Amino acid sequence: MHEVDMTKCLLLSMNEWRTRHEPAVPTVDTVHLQVGAFTCVEPDQLVFTWQAAVRGSWLDGARLKIEPVPLVGRCVVCSSTYAPSAEQGYRSPCCEHPMEEIESGRELRIRSVDYTLTSTPLTVASAS
Amino acid sequence: MHMPLEDTLGLNLLAANQHQAEHNRAHFDAWSLLCLNVMSSPGAGKTSLLEHTITALASDLEMAVLEGDMTTQLDAQRLEAVGVPVIPITTGRACHLDAAMVSGGLSLLQQRLDPASLDVLWVENVGNLVCPAEFEVGEHRKVALLSVTEGDDKPLKYPVMFREADCVLITKTDLLPYLPVDLQRFEAHIREVNPRCTVLPVSATSGDGLEAWYRWVLSSCAALRADPSPCVLVPA
Ligand SMILES: Nc1nc2c(ncn2[C@@H]2O[C@H](COP(=O)(O)OP(=O)(O)OP(=O)(O)O)[C@@H](O)[C@H]2O)c(=O)[nH]1
Ligand SMILES: [Mg+2]
Ligand SMILES: [Zn+2]
Ligand SMILES: [Zn+2]
Repeated sequence: MHEVDMTKCLLLSMNEWRTRHEPAVPTVDTVHLQVGAFTCVEPDQLVFTWQAAVRGSWLDGARLKIEPVPLVGRCVVCSSTYAPSAEQGYRSPCCEHPMEEIESGRELRIRSVDYTLTSTPLTVASAS
Repeated sequence: MHMPLEDTLGLNLLAANQHQAEHNRAHFDAWSLLCLNVMSSPGAGKTSLLEHTITALASDLEMAVLEGDMTTQLDAQRLEAVGVPVIPITTGRACHLDAAMVSGGLSLLQQRLDPASLDVLWVENVGNLVCPAEFEVGEHRKVALLSVTEGDDKPLKYPVMFREADCVLITKTDLLPYLPVDLQRFEAHIREVNPRCTVLPVSATSGDGLEAWYRWVLSSCAALRADPSPCVLVPA
């Protein structure tokens, strides 16, 4: 259930983003995340907990789209990139070198947010 | 008018936690207080290690503990018994400490003493090999424990924890004669996910290897004193 805490953190980060638009309130359509394979986060679980967590909040109805990012290592001996695997002890196939550098796979990133902005929250309320 | 907009953020998912962690870290640096975040699966020997370490280094260092045992006061009582201030952090059923909880613990600690009078603040994290690795609390160093009874495949199964650690302790080495395991394989698997960390085999029961661990703690303190400029935390 680590994704519950991750979702809480994501919501806090989204709240921080929301304050940038004050006094207007953004209506969020989609939040795009990048989630690396070399993290503790299970993308499906995160989407599931997100749907429950945003219900009734200002993010109600917002979708979470996750772009998985594979683990890519860079061999520090010959500089070529490779796909490390636990079975191979994360070593580079080219030089049999341990995984010193991670090129990608550690991402837990809010890449972008699709949203609409209505001038002030009060106008929205009276117009509807 | 509803204009579809897109903000490119490139913001860490854990940005909110990261900001609080940086805030904690700024306090630690101002107090020149070394914060060590101790993590492992449940029962790998965190509290036992701290009992021995605090007793052995009591004449060299002023220390305190933030204790993340969520459900009971047992670990806090064990560590109070070796003569250091312990702040239990109660968080319900969370599976890790986060920066806000540690910040709350720091406020309580400040009611009891001046943190600037301390050399080391130990944070005993919740027993869990998964998410404590992703949640910075503002620590200077991460210490991960792996007991020999857990099996040498754990660094491969929980690679993020062992990748993030600055020091990995292979604990309960007194049990090696009774187990069909090989210490070299533990070390090799840790090095596969983290070629740069310090790896130290220790036994709290027999005392084997503890001297090398104490030296690591003392040299980490010395390194902080030599370079008190706040190191920037690098978000993943
Ligand atoms: N044989 C042996 N047993 C140990 C050693 N260190 C700890 N233990 C035992 O392992 C059990 C768990 O030790 P703790 O120190 O409570 O472990 P912990 O990581 O703090 O546990 P949690 O906080 O509950 O996650 C206890 O029964 C200890 O006596 C050791 O070096 N050798
Ligand atoms: Mg404990
Ligand atoms: Zn968790
Ligand atoms: Zn190579």
